[in-house]
Amino acid sequence: MEQRIIAGVQVNLNEEGYFTQPEQWTKEVAVEIAMQERIQLTDKHFAVLELLRERYFKGDTLTIRMVGNSGIIDIKGFYGLFPGAPMKKAAKIAGIPKPASCF
Amino acid sequence: MANEEFPLKKVCIICAKGAIEDVYVALLLGNGAVMEGIETKMFFTFYGLDAITKKTMNSLHTSVVGNPALRMPGGIPFPTLLGVLPGVEAAVSAAMRKQMSGLDIPPVKEFFEMIEAGGGEIFACKLAMDMFKLKRDDLWDGVKDILTVGQFYEKCGGLQTQIIVV
Repeated sequence: MEQRIIAGVQVNLNEEGYFTQPEQWTKEVAVEIAMQERIQLTDKHFAVLELLRERYFKGDTLTIRMVGNSGIIDIKGFYGLFPGAPMKKAAKIAGIPKPASCF
Repeated sequence: MANEEFPLKKVCIICAKGAIEDVYVALLLGNGAVMEGIETKMFFTFYGLDAITKKTMNSLHTSVVGNPALRMPGGIPFPTLLGVLPGVEAAVSAAMRKQMSGLDIPPVKEFFEMIEAGGGEIFACKLAMDMFKLKRDDLWDGVKDILTVGQFYEKCGGLQTQIIVV
């Protein structure tokens, strides 16, 4: 685990860069982490990030399918917003643990 | 260290079976790769074609005869003789599909759509199509192409690539 200051906020990250304390997350922190992933966050990105955080705090399993059914964005769009590995990238930027779902 | 230095970049999945559990193994491996940002190619041949055929893809069946791992509710081994009774296979298959949708695992067609949306590519085997007298129109629209084995192998090149056979 490491402690880092991102956008002026102290955050605790695990060895893979995921938050260990999701309540430390702020939008400014998200912007900075996203830049490291070469993603410029838009309102659409934030809508997805907030969805993931909301579902995470509710205790739901986070899946790509859930994002696709959310009405915010379809699956193709989700891959477009967070290219490569969308679920992992989005979780990292949303300040929540790495999703453990297989689909 | 080798894992960090040489992460998997491409997986090529070959599915030659049409039982629901086999097709789901292929789908989970394929979708899992796409989700990780790994380039994914899937090739369906022989009975695997059922998985990408419009008429059959959402009503695949499970094997109730000669399947030693199949159990009844409660964990008692499923007697092979039961499997030959009319309707039993359909009921077990329906139960299997229900079990999966209870876990929020998508139906076959939706699963393929998820893979396609993430950039995964799905191919059908030309020889098996000819064998089963299938036409392009019989296949799910998302199938990218009908290929020979050689053409599929051409797509499987490159370092850090694995071929997985289901």
